[in-house]
Amino acid sequence: MNLEKVIFAFFIMLALTLNFGFFIGEIDNPDHHHAYELFAAIVVSLIATIMKFGDRTQLGAVLLASSLVADLQLIAAAVMWGLGGDFSGGQLSPSAIASIVSLSGGALVANIVSVILLVVETVMSRR
Amino acid sequence: MPTIFFLIFRRLRNPLILLVCVYAIAVLGLTLIPGVDDQGQPWRMGFFHAFYFVSFMGSTIGFGEIPYPFTDEQRLWVLFCIYTSVFVWLYSIGTVLSLVQNPAFRYAVTHTAFRRNVQRIVEPFYVVCGYGDTGRLLIHGLVRRGIRAVILDYNQDRINNLELTNLDIFVPGLQADVSDPENLITAGLKHIRCAGVVALTNDDRTNLKVAITSKLLNPDLPVICRSEIHDVGLNMESFGTDQIINPFELFADRLAMALHSPAGYIIHEWLTSSPDTPLSEPLFPPKGRWVLCGYGRFGKAMERYLSFEGVEATIIEADPALTQAPADSVLGRGTEAVTLRQAGIEQAVGIVAGTDDDANNLSIIMTARELNPALFTVGRQNKQENHPLFEAAELNMVLQRSDFIARTAITLITNPLLAEFFRTVDTEDEETNNVLASRISGVAGARVPVTWTIDVSKNAAPALAIRLFQKAVTRLGEITIDPSDRTHPLPCIALLLKRGPNCQLLPSPDTELALGDRVLFCGRQATYARMRSTVVNQNTLAYVVGQVEPRLGSRRPTPKPGAAR
Repeated sequence: MNLEKVIFAFFIMLALTLNFGFFIGEIDNPDHHHAYELFAAIVVSLIATIMKFGDRTQLGAVLLASSLVADLQLIAAAVMWGLGGDFSGGQLSPSAIASIVSLSGGALVANIVSVILLVVETVMSRR
Repeated sequence: MPTIFFLIFRRLRNPLILLVCVYAIAVLGLTLIPGVDDQGQPWRMGFFHAFYFVSFMGSTIGFGEIPYPFTDEQRLWVLFCIYTSVFVWLYSIGTVLSLVQNPAFRYAVTHTAFRRNVQRIVEPFYVVCGYGDTGRLLIHGLVRRGIRAVILDYNQDRINNLELTNLDIFVPGLQADVSDPENLITAGLKHIRCAGVVALTNDDRTNLKVAITSKLLNPDLPVICRSEIHDVGLNMESFGTDQIINPFELFADRLAMALHSPAGYIIHEWLTSSPDTPLSEPLFPPKGRWVLCGYGRFGKAMERYLSFEGVEATIIEADPALTQAPADSVLGRGTEAVTLRQAGIEQAVGIVAGTDDDANNLSIIMTARELNPALFTVGRQNKQENHPLFEAAELNMVLQRSDFIARTAITLITNPLLAEFFRTVDTEDEETNNVLASRISGVAGARVPVTWTIDVSKNAAPALAIRLFQKAVTRLGEITIDPSDRTHPLPCIALLLKRGPNCQLLPSPDTELALGDRVLFCGRQATYARMRSTVVNQNTLAYVVGQVEPRLGSRRPTPKPGAAR
């Protein structure tokens, strides 16, 4: 067992699970989507991206790319949250929360691709 | 991308993750700790404000406590955040700085920049391996003639020196091991504009490796190699190295030529010196018995060429066993009068000081001259910096190795036809060479002339090529007419005409030119410019061959060479 591999897989999986946790629920109901969960998803996603730096294999490049996509989507969602809630000082409207959740849904797809690639790599190395 | 860049990204992982974590914890803390707004109502900081505050706090800009003054709990948390974020920033920046200063990283950066510089070259260029004394002289010579070059040398100091030298043309240089083929490829071995490779390092094995690499990776590329060991030179020749410069052999050959044909020797000297320097005086080395001090590579070459000329030589050698000197050689260094007397210096006509030590060589010459002032003195100068000493000693002939190699290489690069010309001159008799020498001095005046080649081809001489294509007879004498006044010939000599494999020495002006001919001329720089205008410009050519009259007809010829270009 390689500790580095454990941490690497841990963060990639955690990025997916947090992202999924935020995404699940009614798309336009602010009560189903918590800001702290989005925050945690962003932080873990950033850490997962940094952990993918400096891998010169083809697979490593695709992993990095998918992670960057997830970061971009999540940060866009956070900016939306700021525009819809924090800036105006009021509650999020259903339409604002819907677009935030759909952006995080895009990030979820990128995170799923990351995990699939990770699984593929693991299976390949077992042969 | 070089491995080092991946390594750097890998090393950046830890500081970056730490930075993200510290920021995340600080932001999280600020959103969790309760505060009060300006009306004293409980208030919680949102993520947006928290991130804004942490951003300017972390970079120690400090805009103050916004949007509302903090409570004591918040201040406690911020205090903790300030110290952690400063520490993490210092750690991250320190890591980045140490990575940037990493020698491997710096090498990767200079390597990449060099590769880009080479790839951007659009003119023909030469790859020069070795930037010592010889390399420097060669590069200066090439740059003066407007030829581009790329340098590889294993010594970083020399590359630094190149960067400090103020050259008119940018010459990219890289510290690299030339025996590694990868480095030669980086320097442009496979570049479409690469015109040749010149291996000038002082190690024969390295030069051999460069020659083999070039011949295998780009067989059509001309390769010029310096070689000071006879065997290695033969080895280079065996796989088709185009030109091998062995300074000892070439110099011995030059002395031998001065012995049997002083005119042939002086033609060599004149045409290979730097243009516009004063013409050197002819030499008349005496035939008789010579004394050879030092039986190393130079001494052996000298002895072989002298004996070929029928000149007897007495050898003085300090270590006959090592150098396999003949049994009748005199033991000693030659710096002492006793040894020189033993070798019969009083009856000798010439002395060659050919050891690998400049101080000894000078001492030999000085001592020998005292014993026999009429001696013809030949010295070997090993180090470029001793030039003033050898100049002050006023020897009849000095082998300055670096200078000699560089001159030969420049001749081969700039005017390959000149090498053919010399081969022809070497086989001519003294009378022909005498005539040739006097004709050259006639056009040259007191300064070293330039030589140039007129290629009768579409690219180099378009006007001439079109004329020949139309089957109009053009004679050699017609392109040597002055384009500003066709009643006068240009002051130049056609030295050699090369047609296919045949070379014609001093072709007659009546020779009809054909496509594919190459003609070697000798004259002044200004004459070259005029001749070029004739072969490039159709109007000028029409004027010199007498097809059009000046100031007649609608299409006036261009009489001035300056306007023709």
